[in-house]
Amino acid sequence: MPIEVLMPALSPTMEEGTLSKWLKAEGDPVSAGDILAEIETDKATMEVEAVDEGVLGKIMVADGTENVKVNTPIAMILEEGEDKSALDAAAKGDKTPEKSEAKSEDKAEAPKEEASEENGDDDTEKPAGPPLAATPLLKPDDDPEIPDGTEMVKTSVREALRDAMAEEMRRDEAVFVMGEEVAEYQGAYKVTQGLLQEFGDMRVIDTPITEHGFTGLGVGAALTGLKPIVEFMTFNFAMQAMDQIINSAAKTLYMSGGQMGCPIVFRGPNGAAARVAAQHSQDYSAWYSQIPGLKVVMPWTAADAKGLLKAAIRDPNPVVFLENEMLYGQSFDVPKLDDYVLPIGKAKIARPGTDATIVSWGIGMTYAVKAAEALDEMGISAELIDLRTIRPLDIDTVIESVKKTGRCVTVEEGWPICSVSSEIAKQVQEKAFDWLDAPILSITGKDVPMPYAANLEVLAKPSVPELIEAVKAVCYR
Amino acid sequence: MATKAQKTSETASKSRTRSAKAKSDAKKPASADTPPALTEDQERHAYREMLLIRRFEEKAGQMYGMGLIGGFCHLYIGQEAVVIGMQMALEEGDQVITGYRDHGHMLACGMDPKGVMAELTGRRGGLSKGKGGSMHMFSREKDFYGGHGIVGAQVSLGNGIAFANRYRKNDRVCLTYFGDGAANQGQVYESFNMASLWKLPVVFVIENNKYAMGTSTQRATAQGDFSQRGASFDIEGEQVDGMDVRAVREAGLRAVERCRKGEGPYILEMITYRYRGHSMSDPAKYRSKEEVQKMRTENDPIERVRVRMIDRGLASEDDLKAVDKEVRGIVGEAAEFAQTDPEPDVSELYTDILR
Ligand SMILES: Cc1ncc(C[n+]2csc(CCOP(=O)(O)OP(=O)(O)O)c2C)c(N)n1
Ligand SMILES: [Mg+2]
Repeated sequence: MPIEVLMPALSPTMEEGTLSKWLKAEGDPVSAGDILAEIETDKATMEVEAVDEGVLGKIMVADGTENVKVNTPIAMILEEGEDKSALDAAAKGDKTPEKSEAKSEDKAEAPKEEASEENGDDDTEKPAGPPLAATPLLKPDDDPEIPDGTEMVKTSVREALRDAMAEEMRRDEAVFVMGEEVAEYQGAYKVTQGLLQEFGDMRVIDTPITEHGFTGLGVGAALTGLKPIVEFMTFNFAMQAMDQIINSAAKTLYMSGGQMGCPIVFRGPNGAAARVAAQHSQDYSAWYSQIPGLKVVMPWTAADAKGLLKAAIRDPNPVVFLENEMLYGQSFDVPKLDDYVLPIGKAKIARPGTDATIVSWGIGMTYAVKAAEALDEMGISAELIDLRTIRPLDIDTVIESVKKTGRCVTVEEGWPICSVSSEIAKQVQEKAFDWLDAPILSITGKDVPMPYAANLEVLAKPSVPELIEAVKAVCYR
Repeated sequence: MATKAQKTSETASKSRTRSAKAKSDAKKPASADTPPALTEDQERHAYREMLLIRRFEEKAGQMYGMGLIGGFCHLYIGQEAVVIGMQMALEEGDQVITGYRDHGHMLACGMDPKGVMAELTGRRGGLSKGKGGSMHMFSREKDFYGGHGIVGAQVSLGNGIAFANRYRKNDRVCLTYFGDGAANQGQVYESFNMASLWKLPVVFVIENNKYAMGTSTQRATAQGDFSQRGASFDIEGEQVDGMDVRAVREAGLRAVERCRKGEGPYILEMITYRYRGHSMSDPAKYRSKEEVQKMRTENDPIERVRVRMIDRGLASEDDLKAVDKEVRGIVGEAAEFAQTDPEPDVSELYTDILR
């Protein structure tokens, strides 16, 4: 049977084009790869190549014809052994010309119908109302019970992080840590202290200063099933590696249809340290939290740092674990348990209260705690929620609290525009609008690069008085 | 010569390691030292595998033209000898990673043509369930690590795969393919450094097809001999006639062997050519028709095997026609499947984001 040659779409947007010129004439032999004609697309002049062998039997659209719709038959190719009579037969409709392709209309519709039939589920059909967090998640577990009488050990956040890594490395051979100065130097901030001595240089790896390259290397190793912990000396430098974190680590599971997971932890200090100015003082929590395929954890206390880092290392997904240099030296009670693992995605009520909800996470909690103490003295009882994980966001815990207090203030060191606070405010008004007795306020870092001068640096960060004022304002006090 | 040639193996003399010849047209590989002949089985295998890629890609191009394949579609036509020759140098369990011009690599790795084609059309039976598309496909089973759309990203990732081999103390080797354009990315050199520093078992296969989209290597690169790009990192390399599957295989065997023995990375610059535009919507006005035609008629990798087989009396025209028929059958089936297979279920929108 003769083979139809169809007007091709030669750009992602082309719907019709001009058939500029035939380069073969009727009766010419053609073989695969021969250029049959030139066409003009919406963008350029392109060549149409033959895919089949045979003889150009008939040209159906002449040179110079404009507005030829994509998929219009433009010529017929006769296969070996066929003559012109085959064309006539085809034209008379005795036999439909062989088409190796389905009509393009079919492809769009048919499968869709099928899908909705199979589903029979209303929710999937309605385009409106997708889940707010793109990733539907199982409800996170509660924190594990700490048995009565468990010894509490005052531990710095730095030690807690180190202990978490050491415990997980003992537990699983596939876990290793890499980064600049993590091994011989014992960590730029001493978080990896002692790991080289215990685990050796195959598992505690000093890298060159090459963020993009070593992040990609870590991601590649994770795709094979190893479980790298990639330490960034600070997250400021991870911008060099952003592409590998987002395009490779976060998206590969999806793009591979679920085949290639990426069990990796990216960790290191994030946010402002002290007097290091703009390039070394940025909070990335909002950046990473936007990315489907990542989990983003930002602990405050040593116990949470330990339990959540252990969870992050065990997690089969890429986890961005945002620490803070200012917290490394702070000590908190950590339960002395063999295996203290906390659920990722679960907020914690750090302090119960009745009059207003303060939401924060990481270093932001230091402002929240001080403000709450001061507010107490003014007779305002603030409930403090420590998100601990930003993605997936445990909005339920926030909503529950807001339904009780009717008021919500967030505090973070990050910039105000498109911040984590913006997201919380959006979700709270969506889900608890009727319970709100005041607008939601956010205290954030100022909308400026971090200045160096001591006085300006203080001004650029959120402050406890600002937070106190905001809580008073939503309480109309 | 900047590299410290380790002329230990008996084949090393064949290594065409050479000094940099800046901005020169890529070297026309010396025909003087003809690579070792392939056996009848190997010739047959190479012919069939290359033809499968060629026919598959022609079909993909046609289906793109019909609107059945969307977005970007980068065809591998002309470069078939590179992946087929390299694949002939690999052992079971060795890994492959490449960029977005990946259909040929996947077929060479033995991935199902139906699954590849159905991914191109965005159907549920595609290798990524229709969620990856032309540039993003993977196969754990075949040790194929993608399929990456960001130029150069696969080079760092390939290092990680090689690192994992070393970490696990196995003797597998990772082939990391990238283009002449990708070779100008910074992370490539970060990767060269670490690969050499840690003696990672990785062969960097630079597919120099002379163009990165519309930019010829002359216009984009200060030093045109990509095989010497590892010199600052003590990585040896050589240029290979990427249009001759025998030469590719021979160089590949040596490079892979070195890596397997723990001698660290190696660079193979494949001098090759793509016949089609960069992607389906590229009119390729940056080069002359004559240039393309000359390559096609004088240097076609498939034609070269075909002629050899006939000349050596290893096959008759009819035998080869039968191979073509068989291959067309496979491609036809793949195309059929890729059009009849339904689109992914809408519920797939929210799956595979996290585990
Ligand atoms: C980081 C990045 N920059 C730009 C692009 C757009 N782009 C896609 S392919 C390409 C050319 C690459 O050429 P080359 O590495 O020689 O590979 P070839 O296409 O010849 O196989 C460009 C610029 C991209 N995908 N990623
Ligand atoms: Mg190129």
